[in-house]
Amino acid sequence: MESCTLLNIKYKHMKTRRDFIKISAVGTGGLAIGLSSVKIAQANEGGGLFKKLEKKPIVQNRYPTYCEICFWKCAAWTYTNQKGELVKIIGNDDDPHCNGRLCPRGTGGVGMYNDEDRLKTPLMRKEVNGKQVFEEVSWDEALDYIAEKLQGIAKEHGPECVALFSHGSGGKYFGHLLKAFGSENIAAPSYAQCRGPREVGFIATFGAAVGSPEPTDIRDTECLVLIGSHLGENMHNGQVQEMSAAIDKGATIITVDPRYSTAASKSKHWLPIKPATDMALLLAWINVIIENEWYNKEYIEKNTYGFKQLKQHVKQMTPEWAYGITTIEPDVIRKTAKEMAKASPAVIVHPGRHVTWYGDDTQRTRAIAILNALLGSWGSRGGFFLPESIHLPKYPSPKYPKPTKSWRDAFPGKFKLAELALASGICDATVPTTERDCSFKGWLVYGTNLIETLPNQEQTYKAIQSLDLLVAIDTMPMEITGYADVILPECTYLERYDDIRTSGTRTPSIALRMPAAEPKYDSKPGWWIAKELGKKLGLEAYFNYEDYTEVLDWQLKQVGSSLEEMKKIGVKKFKREYGGLYYYKGESIEFNTNTGKIELYSTSMQDEGYDPLPSYTPHPEPPGGYYRLNYGRAPMHSFSRTTNNPLLFDLMEENNIWVNPKIANEWGLKNGQEIWLKNQDGIVSNFPGKVRVTERIRWDSVFVVHGFGHSNKKLTRSYGRGLSDQKLITNVMIDPIMGGTGMRGNFVTFLTEEPTELEKAKGNPYLDGKQSIMNVGKEVKS
Amino acid sequence: MRYAMAIDTKKCVGCSDCVVACQVENNVPVGYCRDWVTETVDGTYPSLEIEIRSERCNHCDNAPCVRCCPTGASHIVEGGVVLVTPNKCIGCGACIQSCPYDARYSHPDGHVDKCTFCLHRVKKGQDPACVSVCPTKCMYFGDLDNPNSDVSKMIAKRKYKTLAPEAGTKPQIFYLI
Repeated sequence: MESCTLLNIKYKHMKTRRDFIKISAVGTGGLAIGLSSVKIAQANEGGGLFKKLEKKPIVQNRYPTYCEICFWKCAAWTYTNQKGELVKIIGNDDDPHCNGRLCPRGTGGVGMYNDEDRLKTPLMRKEVNGKQVFEEVSWDEALDYIAEKLQGIAKEHGPECVALFSHGSGGKYFGHLLKAFGSENIAAPSYAQCRGPREVGFIATFGAAVGSPEPTDIRDTECLVLIGSHLGENMHNGQVQEMSAAIDKGATIITVDPRYSTAASKSKHWLPIKPATDMALLLAWINVIIENEWYNKEYIEKNTYGFKQLKQHVKQMTPEWAYGITTIEPDVIRKTAKEMAKASPAVIVHPGRHVTWYGDDTQRTRAIAILNALLGSWGSRGGFFLPESIHLPKYPSPKYPKPTKSWRDAFPGKFKLAELALASGICDATVPTTERDCSFKGWLVYGTNLIETLPNQEQTYKAIQSLDLLVAIDTMPMEITGYADVILPECTYLERYDDIRTSGTRTPSIALRMPAAEPKYDSKPGWWIAKELGKKLGLEAYFNYEDYTEVLDWQLKQVGSSLEEMKKIGVKKFKREYGGLYYYKGESIEFNTNTGKIELYSTSMQDEGYDPLPSYTPHPEPPGGYYRLNYGRAPMHSFSRTTNNPLLFDLMEENNIWVNPKIANEWGLKNGQEIWLKNQDGIVSNFPGKVRVTERIRWDSVFVVHGFGHSNKKLTRSYGRGLSDQKLITNVMIDPIMGGTGMRGNFVTFLTEEPTELEKAKGNPYLDGKQSIMNVGKEVKS
Repeated sequence: MRYAMAIDTKKCVGCSDCVVACQVENNVPVGYCRDWVTETVDGTYPSLEIEIRSERCNHCDNAPCVRCCPTGASHIVEGGVVLVTPNKCIGCGACIQSCPYDARYSHPDGHVDKCTFCLHRVKKGQDPACVSVCPTKCMYFGDLDNPNSDVSKMIAKRKYKTLAPEAGTKPQIFYLI
């Protein structure tokens, strides 16, 4: 039996912990948390110490917000004490995203506000005595510089040569700014590095993207099938809550994962599949369901296109065939298919979220969509519900100029089904080549740490060296901010207004985010930064308001609410207007596909020259002594952006390298031993990681949680803690259909001795060019 | 009245929201905690089981920490809740040694600290912070003397276990298995 305390913060370890506290108590953070004791103290009538504090009156206010720590955007209340300091954040009971319960990251959101490592003032890259340093500058100076540079790029190359990379609510203002400036090259890594393929796969099948939050009716499902999706470790709040409710109701969970994930441990069936073979299993399931006629014939006939071709296509793809590929026994494949069919249509074959694995990801998610179609789960109770959202009219603004070029021009004839811009594509198109006459010259990077987000870091570094301007807008110093020419410090979501949240759920709703405190330091809200930069660029007509509350109030009034009302309630629910939560039985449904039906056989894929039906393609396997690098999430962190949050750092300080005991034994690796990883291209991990010897991982792979191993020393807690999986992802398998970057084809071996500096530097050959700067100028000078 | 907690190990995902909610609610200094999460893996790949538990003070009926406290700082209040009065505590650590659950720690202010079942919230009719925040709703709090309380109902209908029953402390945290 192996046992571990997930949180190694019990008092046994307190000696080292106390040293740490001394360091962090210097920041202003301690104060705000400290004062929350007043409130607790008053209630704790028993304690003498507490009694002393009892006399202080406690006036608490609460301000509505929605969380920005992940994309689930749970609505909540931020509580402040009588001094106006942030005390805690509690979920809003009326919110369909969270039902009054935040996840650990949302609960720990105060830590983001209190983090003393936050970006505090605008910084500009300057050269002092031959050395590149950041200097603190005024907002005016920073924005003047950016505007001048942007106008220079527009004059010389065209405004289209400026791109925006964005993740998070505030990205919209910069998107608006960029469109007004004349460029539509706006990309989010959440597309080509994450969920893009599944959207394309589902659009090709059902004529509709999955969207976010996923409309999975887990609450009422009888059978939930997870394919590499580790719900519970990825803390997608609403889904985790509903998975728990489904467990209560006795739903069958089937988990396909080479790793014994937390979800696998809650499952009736865990299929410990050989990595990279999921497609074969999916096709075998389709085969079993068709061959046994475990589908609703009437439904299939009425609503789907291409059943015959599909049946013919999967005829040979039997469980016996799949067994040789997946190592999942044929009777297990049949048994689990039967479970799904029995639950049909109250069954969910989950589309997953991060699905950029092997480069055939659109096709794999197509297979998932086809399976759901056969089971009749789309638009069915216990399958996928039909979400509805509130449409807020856009605040009046002049028309955008029409760009003459787009990122697509850099990839003629490629990625034809990509519906959004590719972050990786723009990065590639930034590196000048003989074929491209205009490459990107300016990047605005909002809230996304591109170094740790895009695979193949060498390419990212190469692109950065080719830029005339790199502006990073963030709340925290990150790896990407180190490479910026200008850093603009945004205040956290707890200190600003943002757009009204309108995402679709079962009940249409809107949610307000308003500040619970003034912005700390010299940080500013995103809307303000975009507006001020807009003014400098002569685009003030597009920012026709003094304060963003004018926009919000105007928008809210269009849907019968107001800022005043929303400040009181935080979340407002509306009645559904466009039909029921599910299709009714026998309903004539018009799907948004070429044929108007669910396309088992995809005509849109065929039209663009892609396979209309998914097939299994073998993927490379690790050579001897190498193991597939598998990565994923931990419930207490959102990638690299939360690892320095004092409260969340406290929950998980570093990632470990999961190694199967057999392999550990072979290599003589011990639990807790620090090792380096080296991948198939000779790239060495930036830091060592501690080995976790565990039965939970297959012998042919290792697992690390993504987002650790920060190399920016300004992150005083998380610098050098754990290792970056991203640095080791240099083999990228591009999805030809939509340009997704498959990242699960990297193999690593173990280094028990510290590699040389030269070995560690491999992968970033630009040590003489634009350098990553960690320190501000005055610190360097002194 | 007898306050107790039942925690469903079948639903807990080990997200540690209970830990951070407690730290924020109770002003637990960074680096310390009153509750924590453990994971036990049993078996060999691929025949495996995991048990994930959110752990804290068991508010024992037969509490060794109270018996060994030389100053009476550790005491039991109504509902069976074990508390520490900070200004009576001399920080000797005897209670820390005596607790079979490692549930107590030395607060940097010099006294011993531990879970209070969020009595300040319970008195207002609220659940403890850990229970109220849990996304999986795997924790149930209430009065064991009341057969209609959530905790009584869960214990009546589900199999459960307690931690270190052999210590004879009569713990009041019940793990549904």
